[in-house]
Amino acid sequence: MTLRIVTGGLQTTVQDLGRAGHQSTGVPVGGAMDQLALRIGNMLVGNEDGAAALEASLIGPAIAFDQDALIALTGADLDASINGTPVAAWHPIFVTRGATLRFGQPRIGCHAYVAVAGGVDVPIVFGSRSTYLRAQFGGFEGRALRSGDLVQVGAASPLSERIAGSLRESDAVPAVARWSLGGSLRPRYGDDPTARLIAGAHIGNLSDDARERFFGATFRVSSSSDRMGYRLDGVELALAAPVELLSEAVVFGTVQLPPGGAPIVLMADRQTTGGYPRIGEVISVDLPLIAQLKPGDRLRFRLVSLDDAQGLYLEREQELAQARFAIALRPF
Amino acid sequence: MRFAPLGDRAVMITLGDTVSESTHRQVRSVTARLAAHPPTGLVDVVPAFASVAVHYDPALAGRDAASSPYRDMVTALQEVLANVAHDALPAPRLVDIPVCYGGEFGPDLSSVADRHSMDPDDVVRIHTAGDYLVYMVGFMPGFAYLGGLSERIATPRRSSPRTAVPAGTVGIGGQQTGVYPLVSPGGWNLIGRTPFKIFDIARPEPGLLATGDRVRFRAISLEEFHERVAAS
Repeated sequence: MTLRIVTGGLQTTVQDLGRAGHQSTGVPVGGAMDQLALRIGNMLVGNEDGAAALEASLIGPAIAFDQDALIALTGADLDASINGTPVAAWHPIFVTRGATLRFGQPRIGCHAYVAVAGGVDVPIVFGSRSTYLRAQFGGFEGRALRSGDLVQVGAASPLSERIAGSLRESDAVPAVARWSLGGSLRPRYGDDPTARLIAGAHIGNLSDDARERFFGATFRVSSSSDRMGYRLDGVELALAAPVELLSEAVVFGTVQLPPGGAPIVLMADRQTTGGYPRIGEVISVDLPLIAQLKPGDRLRFRLVSLDDAQGLYLEREQELAQARFAIALRPF
Repeated sequence: MRFAPLGDRAVMITLGDTVSESTHRQVRSVTARLAAHPPTGLVDVVPAFASVAVHYDPALAGRDAASSPYRDMVTALQEVLANVAHDALPAPRLVDIPVCYGGEFGPDLSSVADRHSMDPDDVVRIHTAGDYLVYMVGFMPGFAYLGGLSERIATPRRSSPRTAVPAGTVGIGGQQTGVYPLVSPGGWNLIGRTPFKIFDIARPEPGLLATGDRVRFRAISLEEFHERVAAS
């Protein structure tokens, strides 16, 4: 089946969990900004966690379905409706042939995911279907979707068929499943989160004053922020003494400090290496909260230990595994 | 060899504090050893000037509930990397890159020459005489950091970067020289262009240059440039 793009929205791209394994050639990992939302969306429609979906940013697309489809909307609340009827996010939704999914005003968050049973099927480039806009490869012809595009969807899994079957007989149009995923898995998005951070290699190079201000201040996400990184305004930070660093690897969530003094949080499309001092790294479980920030939103940081961060990571992975198991065992 | 966390899903292995050929050989040895014997949970390996980062999945790297994924990964890395300094490295690849210097491809060639009080031909002669080493690939797909630029033509970056430098453009930025693999903004002094595709996703190995390669530049005419582009 295909998804027909009626309007492309502000920036709608095909994304999966990214292309790890190629960073030694300078190819960024990329992938969904909010990887938790992508994974949950895929679970709700019976896909593998890493199937490709559509990532819609701030102003969503309009998508027409030429066949019945099982979808789920996760991530940001961008005011989704199907044929004019508002639909709930974080639930499986059965969409009948001929229906159109539209989005309105962004309410909470920045990036919404449209997961489809079978996954979005575009050619795999370096092990991933993710769109890398800067170098124009991956995804749908290396670019954001626009009016008239026909996006292929892969074959649905037996689990997807069972979930769809349970909704097909429903009288409601569109048919939204009553069940969802456990509340503790669903991130509590907001426009002024506190991100937990592990101390980075050069945190000791901050002046005492700068360190105090970094953890005391509220930063604002600047308008020059994108899938590569967020520049944070509001507080300028200085090093105790200038340092000359050699370029080396960075990660999703690295907070680096360029000479201007405004920190940058590196996001999904970050470069593989960087040469600026690293204040710290946002912990993995808090990355979805940052991914959903829009220009103008606020952000604070709090220091935690590596052990705490890894404990939280393992807890979340276990919760996801249990949820996946529960869905597979549901008597639809 | 120093180990430190890089966030909660990566380990930074630091092998030195300066750019040197001996540190670079250690970077290559560690990278080769990890490729041959990847510890459980390893996701990606990123070599740089004086470090190698190991990205891993904490859910797969943990061996002992009483320990932590990070400590278990460091232990596994120490085991895999024991005596790594004694490994023999494969001979470096030699890559010859044709460059059409000056003209519209190298708008800054004459200003580089002026700065060093020499003729543009001298800049080309010195640039093509160099024996360059790929210390690392990073920053953007296929971008190779080359060491070995002669001090005689080292030139500071331009005060205002260009918004779009074409793919294949050869530049000098401070002590470094290199080739832009993709069209991108850039502050280097542009001295020429190669007809080679430095990064091409249609190739099985998309990047022309890899860490450890030896590189030489060779001057070609505008005719040869166009012939090579037409043939590729």
